[in-house]
Amino acid sequence: MAASASHSSGHSIRLYLVVWFWLFVLSACSYLVDYFHLQGILRWFLILLFMVVKAGLIVAVFMHMAWERLALIYAILVPPAALLVFVAIMSAEAAYTLLTRSTLLGGG
Amino acid sequence: MTDTALRSAIRPEARATQWRRLSSDWAADRQTFPGASWRKAMMWIFLLSDTFVFGCFLIGYMTVRMSTTVPWPNPSEVFALEIGGTTLPLILIAIMTFVLISSSGTMAMAVACGYRRRRRATALLMLLTALLGTTFVGMQAFEWTKLIHEGVRPWENPWGAEQFGAAFFMITGFHGTHVTIGVLILLVVARKVWRGDYDTGRRGFFTSQPGRYENVEIAGLYWHFVDLVWVFIFALFYLW
Repeated sequence: MAASASHSSGHSIRLYLVVWFWLFVLSACSYLVDYFHLQGILRWFLILLFMVVKAGLIVAVFMHMAWERLALIYAILVPPAALLVFVAIMSAEAAYTLLTRSTLLGGG
Repeated sequence: MTDTALRSAIRPEARATQWRRLSSDWAADRQTFPGASWRKAMMWIFLLSDTFVFGCFLIGYMTVRMSTTVPWPNPSEVFALEIGGTTLPLILIAIMTFVLISSSGTMAMAVACGYRRRRRATALLMLLTALLGTTFVGMQAFEWTKLIHEGVRPWENPWGAEQFGAAFFMITGFHGTHVTIGVLILLVVARKVWRGDYDTGRRGFFTSQPGRYENVEIAGLYWHFVDLVWVFIFALFYLW
């Protein structure tokens, strides 16, 4: 444990400040996407891009994941991939619900 | 992402050793996470389970938003505020995002100071983090009050699909609860740091175990996770 403690103390404050700065810039960028009323594929792409980069920076640097062993990294980062499968299932289900609603309820 | 970038700098032969180490960490009949203490590993596993909780909320929101035949209220207009005569879209949410990111930054500093055993700096930075967290919750309370006055309920709202209110109150409510709990944890740990518990080895009230400066990092993990969830809520609920 002493090893892991001395390991963690090696992180420079400077690295945190750089990541902090980038998180600010990326948040400002995602706000500007809304401010300039970007629409369609470009909007979705930019929103998801900024979201993923911000999440990556927080997990890797602020939460020290980049300095953990692979055993822990995979144990934590792989299971959430199941959520993507869930997203796929539920979007198929939602599309079907929408279809039945628009056919049977006469809406849309 | 970044983590892959950091890792790709490692030489190929070192990478092979990493894979061998991964398989032996999992296959050997011993502690699986030798690099992390049980406290840290358990916090990570808790955060993983919390990821699924918020994942389910966001997927539920996606499902109702995709399947409704009524147009979804435009978040850009719903969350607009009028400041000095000009209407700014989503401005309150943007400020909340910056406040939470700032708090994550001060928390990272607190962890770094903790490992350098700078007792007072650590405690003060944690208090600053807690203050920013409280500001965030306060702004969220303001946002809720405003929307409730405008007639948003979990079952109806003046602008469109009824599911909007249910998704909004559920997701932001759970996130706000997490922030509030985080503030309490920060205050408890900051008090221990200030008192010098981690230097003198004073035993904890509940655990009867002496704590370590690692506790600051573990509280930090939770705090950064709260910020991480907000990144997803901001993108998927407010901006989409």
